[in-house]
Amino acid sequence: MSLRIVVCVKYVPDATGDRHFSDDLTTDREAVDGLLSELDEYAVEQALQISEDADDAEITVLTVGPEDARDALRKGLSMGADKAVHVEDDDLHGTDALGTSLVLAKAVEHVGYDLVVCGMASTDGTMGVLPAILAERLGVPQVTQLSTVAVADGKVTGRRDGDAASEQLEASLPAVVSVTDQSGEARYPSFKGIMAAKKKPVETLDLDDLGIDAEEVGLAGAWTKVEDATKRPPRTAGTIVKDEGEGGKQLAEFLAGQKFI
Amino acid sequence: MSEVLVYVDHADGAVRKPTLELLTLARRIGDPVAVHLGSGVDAAAPVLAEHGAVRVLTADAAEFADYLVVPKVDALKAAYDAVQPAAVLLPSSVECKEIGARLAVRIGSGIITDAVDVEAGDGGTAQGEASGGGPVATQTVFAAAYTTRSRVSRGTPVITVKPNSAAPEAAPVESAVEQLTFGFGESAAGTKVVGRTPRESTGRPELTEAAIVVSGGRGVNGAENFHLIEELADSLGAAVGASRAAVDAGWYPHSHQVGQTGKTVSPQLYIAAGISGAIQHRAGMQTSKTIVAVNKDSEAPIFDLVDYGVVGDLFAVVPQLTGEVEARKG
Ligand SMILES: Cc1cc2nc3c(=O)[nH]c(=O)nc-3n(C[C@H](O)[C@H](O)[C@H](O)COP(=O)(O)OP(=O)(O)OC[C@H]3O[C@@H](n4cnc5c(N)ncnc54)[C@H](O)[C@@H]3O)c2cc1C
Ligand SMILES: Nc1ncnc2c1ncn2[C@@H]1O[C@H](COP(=O)(O)O)[C@@H](O)[C@H]1O
Repeated sequence: MSLRIVVCVKYVPDATGDRHFSDDLTTDREAVDGLLSELDEYAVEQALQISEDADDAEITVLTVGPEDARDALRKGLSMGADKAVHVEDDDLHGTDALGTSLVLAKAVEHVGYDLVVCGMASTDGTMGVLPAILAERLGVPQVTQLSTVAVADGKVTGRRDGDAASEQLEASLPAVVSVTDQSGEARYPSFKGIMAAKKKPVETLDLDDLGIDAEEVGLAGAWTKVEDATKRPPRTAGTIVKDEGEGGKQLAEFLAGQKFI
Repeated sequence: MSEVLVYVDHADGAVRKPTLELLTLARRIGDPVAVHLGSGVDAAAPVLAEHGAVRVLTADAAEFADYLVVPKVDALKAAYDAVQPAAVLLPSSVECKEIGARLAVRIGSGIITDAVDVEAGDGGTAQGEASGGGPVATQTVFAAAYTTRSRVSRGTPVITVKPNSAAPEAAPVESAVEQLTFGFGESAAGTKVVGRTPRESTGRPELTEAAIVVSGGRGVNGAENFHLIEELADSLGAAVGASRAAVDAGWYPHSHQVGQTGKTVSPQLYIAAGISGAIQHRAGMQTSKTIVAVNKDSEAPIFDLVDYGVVGDLFAVVPQLTGEVEARKG
């Protein structure tokens, strides 16, 4: 029986660009080019490795996002995923973590899954909570923030490097996992992969297809509300000295003046 | 006055500093009720009372250590049901964020993560009210390029707060320890913890809690040179951080990484040596009070952030600084 893996990938504004808020205080997705969140590349990579070790596996990349989010799916397909699902609906604009997780949960169930693989956090929202919420909603084990992951005999295992300890985890499938950027570099799509991706199926779904009420999502349905967003003032220019042999002493003088020593 | 649940982060009853900060912030909203799960409540309770916890709800069970996250959610949900709080505050650690998030789904509430400040908001404590009134959480977003203020608009606000967001204030109260009664749900035993290797203590302050952090990057050029960073840190009583480049090269453990995929630090003083200041690194240190850098490249973006910068070779500047600090300490 085939191992069905769904990888949740997010399309985000490039973190190295000048990111902004729109007038409605949602993330401005126009001003800065978007791409597949770099942290979700690690999720695609681990899914590919798991599928290579399985007898038979099928990988679906799944995104909830605007039309352009298709680029993120293309990237996943060029890396080697088999098919893609894009949930796109005008009513989704401004959806927060609880809403997104609702949509992802329905979509994952629609696709059918044994294993859901997520990134450790999105590079725009950086909450890092969606995988846990997804597991809660799906009623399956959460095996999250893994730096190593493996699947065998209907079980997923992995190592979670926490603040206080490193934990070895184990759960039965189906399960939701998330992997960190310590899990291993993601592969670059090959030329062959990029060509092949063009022929792979991309299914597009809207809220109706998933049986979700528009009131449950979007800006109006959000569980949280941004009241205001202000650009942080640039830091005032500091003193910069060139070391002519006394740099360490000058620095000590500064620190003493600030009462750090 | 309504009550606010505060989830206690501790090691066998030794309460971590971020929890004391939470108690201080919680008192702006209502009377803090601490939730202490696992062992050591006898040691923790007086510390929690000292910082204003009017009640301490506790439970201990093997499940908390044997399975991941969910047993703690079950217990916190029981505390929520018992208290009907105006808000739930948790520290912003990886685990606590997950606990808070799952609780939020269960109680049908919104969640705000990684707040750096929490205020009561105009209406004080509007439990379950649609927007307005509830606590306001300040966050820094887009690698600290923006500051936002947000509210939870549906349900009881669940808010996780980053370390170093408030100075813990003592506010001693008479406090009672109460046992939580509840049963674990079906999903509690879903993810087994089959092994645990505690992190070795370095004897230095906790990175996220430290008043001073000294970090080394690719410029340190080898694990064998990191002692220069450690010696400076020790002279200042600081924690040691590292850039991802230094971590990826295997020079320093990942648990010390500062940045987007490492720890966020917000100390009084951040010293960056041999670090260029990439956006992902800045995301983790940009809100530090005073920033100092040593870098041999005068064009390095880190210099845009500094209060004081030295353009020079860290192998000369850092040891000289360490020596000077030691000398001044006399
Ligand atoms: C998704 C994602 C997440 C990331 N998360 C993080 C993160 O959490 N934390 C993080 O730090 N990075 C992160 N990065 C990586 C980040 O983009 C940079 O690559 C990294 O921060 C660079 O580390 P560095 O400054 O030490 O190295 P470099 O950029 O190579 O800079 C080294 C600096 O040292 C200086 N130098 C060299 N020799 C000396 C000397 N003898 N004396 C003085 N100065 C010297 C050089 O002039 C240079 O400026 C992430 C990247 C991505 C894509
Ligand atoms: N809109 C989305 N579409 C698909 N996956 C998502 C979306 N948002 C978040 N995720 C997944 O959830 C992970 C954690 O996201 P977050 O909790 O938002 O930081 C990401 O790394 C993705 O795997």
